[in-house]
Amino acid sequence: MTDKTEGGDVRLAGISKHYGTFTAVHPLDLTIPQGSFFALLGASGCGKTTTLRMIAGLEEPSTGTVGLGDRDVTHLPPYKRPVNTVFQSYALFPHMDIYENVAFGLRRRGITSVKKQVDEMLELVQLGQFARRKPHQLSGGQQQRVAVARALINHPQVLLLDEPLGALDLKLRRQMQLELKRIQTEVGITFVHVTHDQEEAMTMADTVAVMNAGRVEQLGAPAELYENPRTTFVANFLGTSNLIQASVESVGGAGGDVDVSASGAKLRLPVARCSTTPRAGGQLLVGVRPEKISVVPADEEHTIGAGRNKVTGRIVDSSFIGVSTQYVVDSAVCPELEVYVQNIERDGRLVPGAEVVLHWNPEHTFGLDAAQSMLAGTTAVAGAEQLVEESA
Amino acid sequence: MQWLRRNLVVIAGLVTLAYLILPNVVVTVFSFNNPTGRFNYAWQEFSLDAWKDPCGVADLCDSLALSLQIALWATLGATVLGAMIAFALVRYRFRARGAVNSLIFMPMAMPEIVMAASLLALFLNMGIQLGFWTILIAHIMFCLSFVVAAVKARVLSMDPQLEEAARDLYAGPAQTFLRVTLPIAAPGIAAGALLSFALSFDDFIITNFNSGNTVTFPMFVWGSAQRGTPVQINVIGTAMFVLAVLVVLVGQTVGARRKKAQPE
Repeated sequence: MTDKTEGGDVRLAGISKHYGTFTAVHPLDLTIPQGSFFALLGASGCGKTTTLRMIAGLEEPSTGTVGLGDRDVTHLPPYKRPVNTVFQSYALFPHMDIYENVAFGLRRRGITSVKKQVDEMLELVQLGQFARRKPHQLSGGQQQRVAVARALINHPQVLLLDEPLGALDLKLRRQMQLELKRIQTEVGITFVHVTHDQEEAMTMADTVAVMNAGRVEQLGAPAELYENPRTTFVANFLGTSNLIQASVESVGGAGGDVDVSASGAKLRLPVARCSTTPRAGGQLLVGVRPEKISVVPADEEHTIGAGRNKVTGRIVDSSFIGVSTQYVVDSAVCPELEVYVQNIERDGRLVPGAEVVLHWNPEHTFGLDAAQSMLAGTTAVAGAEQLVEESA
Repeated sequence: MQWLRRNLVVIAGLVTLAYLILPNVVVTVFSFNNPTGRFNYAWQEFSLDAWKDPCGVADLCDSLALSLQIALWATLGATVLGAMIAFALVRYRFRARGAVNSLIFMPMAMPEIVMAASLLALFLNMGIQLGFWTILIAHIMFCLSFVVAAVKARVLSMDPQLEEAARDLYAGPAQTFLRVTLPIAAPGIAAGALLSFALSFDDFIITNFNSGNTVTFPMFVWGSAQRGTPVQINVIGTAMFVLAVLVVLVGQTVGARRKKAQPE
């Protein structure tokens, strides 16, 4: 702990991890800016935890380097890295009380007068009166806060969080998300947060890296990822997307738009929102988010303004969930289009069986490479995988 | 009838307790006897003679000291070795790990008399002088499996993330072991050590085969039972029983205190 360089970015250069013939993480380049709240998002087994453990030093990368600021820490053992981890199981030492748990890191670095710092840290996580309790006497949420305090007291350059909220119930999780965000803003330390919960990642992080099968699929701010997914995996894993298989009619028509057709419907989208270069005669996956779509009964089609994308269909299912109503619409272009409508003025004619016209602004349409699976990242696929695993 | 049904559990408990404790009561009562012949089997009159002079019989206290000495060294040896073996078996993947894993429990499963005879054959073939060292080697060997079993169970149930957390919090390998691994494994190690001490101290069969001219306390008792039983044997037996009960009581009181000291 002689090194006193302040902060610095986390730089992963070409790091990968193999276990025998299995590749957990494919060569990966990632720069996590100092002071940011960075989320690694992906389903279980995508390599996000392995990546985190390589930053912590608990796992040696098979190739590549890990850098902190200007320093190469690839071969430093974890106890020599200015990095601390909040473990998924919290890993509080069961034979020590809360006070000693929090003081552990300071004491190991030879600091003897720890009382002031420990007291302050326990106040920060609102556990001052529990200092002399043992970990098993605290609730899950309290243990979680102890784990955060125990790591933060060391003022690490980077705090790593490995699914820290996974074991908490929904309400407590929401509360802790805000709490962690508050602490991060307060201390200004770089947080790297691993999670499989897309909502959690979007709520907390400035930057999200979506990982799939050992690779980073896409990296960006939550809104950027949500509005402009570049792969079907991201489109489906982050929220819900309606994907329509379409053939490209013409490119660069009026105002740099792409015209496509799908089962008779003519759709239009900006070239800039395509993740591939569309070619006339080629295929394209056209996507639109459910909340961007408006729905009207078929006999009111004339009220729809010119220049909007229109698709006809029939409502097969509707579920009222309070703030909005979610419709599933069977259409020629896609058998299960999802549409979310805000419950401002509810139209009594929009019931299952009703013929409807869906319409949306072409600006809200994105285009994806048609050579990939439309189902990547959907829960349907995840469910199928689970079934296979269970039957195996 | 109603009363009987309601208190059946208590009655069953008391009967079991009586069954367990009766032999000890007999030993204790006869430690205050003043037998007329060489055998201490029939009650004559109350006397404190034996308690006043527990070492009054030739060689008794020497054999007791030897037994305690062997038990202490055997406990130390078996605990250190056994704990290391247990850690190795749980933590590392190495060649012949599976074989070691099952072979280590052989002494537990094998009839003691077989083990005693084979050890004797081994020592004789190697030309080793029977005595203190052969007894100690034999005791460490059969205590080992009990320590391994106790420590292994404890280490297996330990969250591997605890040690990772320690390393993550600036504890090097030695510090991690001393501050986290060892304290958490301690109850298992203590249980193994206590078992070892008890097993070593009262072992007769294996010791009898491999002792040569050396006489341990159980062997002394056995020998004297042939020629006549001095009351002092009952005195030592009673003292050991009381000591063991005291240790348990103190342990439980300390444990209860510690629990009470922490609210909830």
